[in-house]
Amino acid sequence: MTTLLPRAGAMRPGDLPASVPVLRERGQREVFCGLTSIMWLHRKIQDAFFLIVGSRTCAHLMQSAAGVMIFAEPRFATAIIEERDLAGMADMNEELARTVARLLERRPDIRLLFLVGSCPSEVIKLDLGRAAERLSQVHAPHVRILNFSGSGIETTFTQGEDACLAALVPSLPETLPGAPSLLIAGALADVVEDQFCRLLEQLGIANVSFLPGRKAGEMPAVGPGTRFLLAQPWLKDTARALEDRGAVHLPAPFPLGAEGTTAWLKAAADAWGVSAARFAAVTDMPRARATRSLQRYLPLLSGKSLFCFPDSQIEIPLARFLSREAGMEICEVGTPYLHASHMKPELDLLGADVQLSEGQDVDRQMDRCRAARPDVSVCGMGLANPLEREGLTTKWSIELVFTPIQGYDQAGDLAELIARPLMRKGRLAV
Amino acid sequence: MQLTVWTYEGPPHIGAMRVATAMTGLHYILHAPQGDTYADLLFTMIERRGQRPPVTYTTFEARDLGSDTAEIFKRAAVDAVERFQPEAIIVGASCTAELIQDDPGGLARTLGLDVPVIPLELPSYSKKENWGASETFYRLVRGLAQPSLRPKKNGAGRPVCNILGPTALGFRHRDDVREITGLLAHCGIAVNIVAPLGASPSELQFLPVADFNVVLYPEIAEAAARYLEKEFGQPYTRTIPIGVGATEDFVAEVCALAGVPAPDLSDYLSNLPWWSRSVDSNYLTGKRVFVFGDATHAIAAARVAAEELAFTVVGIGTYSREFARPVREAAAAHGVEALITDDYLEVEAAITALQPELILGTQMERHIAKRLGIPCAVISAPVHVQDFPARYAPQMGFEGANVLFDTWVHPLLMGLEEHLLGMFRDDFEFHDEAGASHLGGHAAVPQETAPAALEVGVPTLVWTHDAENELKKIPFFVRGKARRNTEAFARDQMLDTVTLDILYDAKARYGR
Repeated sequence: MTTLLPRAGAMRPGDLPASVPVLRERGQREVFCGLTSIMWLHRKIQDAFFLIVGSRTCAHLMQSAAGVMIFAEPRFATAIIEERDLAGMADMNEELARTVARLLERRPDIRLLFLVGSCPSEVIKLDLGRAAERLSQVHAPHVRILNFSGSGIETTFTQGEDACLAALVPSLPETLPGAPSLLIAGALADVVEDQFCRLLEQLGIANVSFLPGRKAGEMPAVGPGTRFLLAQPWLKDTARALEDRGAVHLPAPFPLGAEGTTAWLKAAADAWGVSAARFAAVTDMPRARATRSLQRYLPLLSGKSLFCFPDSQIEIPLARFLSREAGMEICEVGTPYLHASHMKPELDLLGADVQLSEGQDVDRQMDRCRAARPDVSVCGMGLANPLEREGLTTKWSIELVFTPIQGYDQAGDLAELIARPLMRKGRLAV
Repeated sequence: MQLTVWTYEGPPHIGAMRVATAMTGLHYILHAPQGDTYADLLFTMIERRGQRPPVTYTTFEARDLGSDTAEIFKRAAVDAVERFQPEAIIVGASCTAELIQDDPGGLARTLGLDVPVIPLELPSYSKKENWGASETFYRLVRGLAQPSLRPKKNGAGRPVCNILGPTALGFRHRDDVREITGLLAHCGIAVNIVAPLGASPSELQFLPVADFNVVLYPEIAEAAARYLEKEFGQPYTRTIPIGVGATEDFVAEVCALAGVPAPDLSDYLSNLPWWSRSVDSNYLTGKRVFVFGDATHAIAAARVAAEELAFTVVGIGTYSREFARPVREAAAAHGVEALITDDYLEVEAAITALQPELILGTQMERHIAKRLGIPCAVISAPVHVQDFPARYAPQMGFEGANVLFDTWVHPLLMGLEEHLLGMFRDDFEFHDEAGASHLGGHAAVPQETAPAALEVGVPTLVWTHDAENELKKIPFFVRGKARRNTEAFARDQMLDTVTLDILYDAKARYGR
């Protein structure tokens, strides 16, 4: 089922007058559910544990998607609902309490436990919010217990992080009155956080914190004095929850590439009244370095065509970076979900003539991709080898959420990620 | 509710996918929410398949619940049949769709599709992957095998068999089929149909033509073989040809079923018997191995380990509860207790307590082995991308036995190296924690464990300083065992302290 709807511009007449209509599709979606976000969240928050309340399918998803990469004992597990739970032979709340107790006994280092809802737990309407409240009382003050849903019927891939962070927001401490603070929302690699901290400090912006914090006890404070930047493009609910706490969103493109990173930092600098001279003094050098780091990949990328299948919502900022800074031509940019206002700064830069698609009917989309014969297709792991087998060069998109790609000093790395399949294609003679 | 870190098997619809993906001309309409498509990457990434599995996921969302999920199913089924033009379809539900009770089989029947529809009932909350594969294959065979095509009896022409059980994502199924097909040809037996791997629905109708069935993977094919035996009088094989002895038994079994004389195998024999008898392999003798996997592979591996490499089997287990009985019998034959569990944490505890010198397991035991610093070779699904090698590497038949020898011996220290480490363990370049030199010299730092002391109600033993130091002179790959034996010995003697003498008394009692 396909419908053509006017792009975000239609909501703001005059903004994007000549835009190509967004292709909205409904059909088979070749995407992960929100549970998959746990793959990086469980590493990011070092004393948190994610207990999925779901089925064997959920457990199998986590180890198939994550087991490909992770060998250490993970800080996630699944409480698998069994037939006797469904048949009412076991009281599911008691079962859950028992499972949580067993888990916390095994992992005394855990300070924050997330009960994560799944498709089955949502369908049977298991109230994990109440369970979390009740169990929190049992295990307080040692362990705090929160809940969010990563179910596929409600969330796509990175929306799991959105749901998790949104669940954290109400319990964040209140900021002290006085100096404004800057909060950066969205899980980033530690090295990227450190780089942003240094730049913001040089700009004279103190009181910078990140959501999520690296530990349960190191979560940022929030309040009416808080301004926040989104580091990731998938934080719809988190942004709303932060606004509910009085924080103010600083709209900006996302910090991919020299241009995106500059505009993103500029949004904070403007809010703090940093002078143009100081901003230039701080950012000119790393910005030039970012541009230099891209140079070696430009011969490979420039003029090449790109097709993005929907996956993490990073597709639009990625396409903007690759078209404006690497000279790529865009065939289609798919996104699982298009947030009109968060994406507006990106869409303004990307241009109105790019074909966007939201949602998916994977068979039709693959037909379009085959017809377009792009030089690079960015897609999920289920599609990559089949497309390669048809002679199309691919970049599997999950690497874009597992690799430090944000900020000036990662701009070259991001270009390299896309260029490597092309390099390989040029080298292989078999 | 079951607390699970890693699972050995996926849900049953994954088993159905393994069957559908193995076949040609079959399509699976799976009523499932967004996200269940993760299963595609098992096939495209882990097995490196160049095609998407032939599965259409209906992809319903929360807002569809209670309104038109059935309509979504019907549309997806009609679209898929039109797009993929399959010879037949299987229809079913994943765990979430099972809860909303749309009845995919009933819905598909109302659509008037012009292809056979085989409905699957795969209970997600009580059954698992191998059961799902078995049930799917059984339903396909039952639905498609043609009663009018009976085996031609009375020895007219060459005897003919089917090979049953190989699927997509199977551990070395591709290579096992090639090896066994060659072996059967050597015996003068032709292969009618291999299924599910490579078969189409229209070919399945010719299954009854064969004289008998070769069941390579009972977890997947035994139910179908039993049906074919009952319905068409086709007997089926019981021997799994893994290892030299079992392959010889298998040859005898198929020749008897086919009514042909046993062939001369002298050109065909494996290198394994000589490799195991060559003097170098003395260092393998008595190595303590722990075996875990699906029932078929675990039983076979234990036999090969004991009879063909002279290892000592110290533990054997399986996650296949449906096949617990034969594993218990095998365990009794090896003089150990069987571990029947699909709880990874229980397996980990058993291995930690036993301190084997080699683990023959699945991808999951690799995690455990890495943490405990114990060498490990994979013998069974579930497996990882590296267990789908580019080269020909069967587990079955005579070539399979060669592969077993190489794969199981490779993770171990070589004989001379083991001796020298025992003698000069403080050499700064060549010490026991540097790891096997042919493996790049990076041993996992093992967790020294004293499991007995952790058991509730067992009094703690004190090690004297001298005894503790002496223990450290024993190479790490046998240190855990030495500690365990010594403590058991001390407890036997009702002692509460381990001295230097007790350490050597225990050594005298237990040997190496």
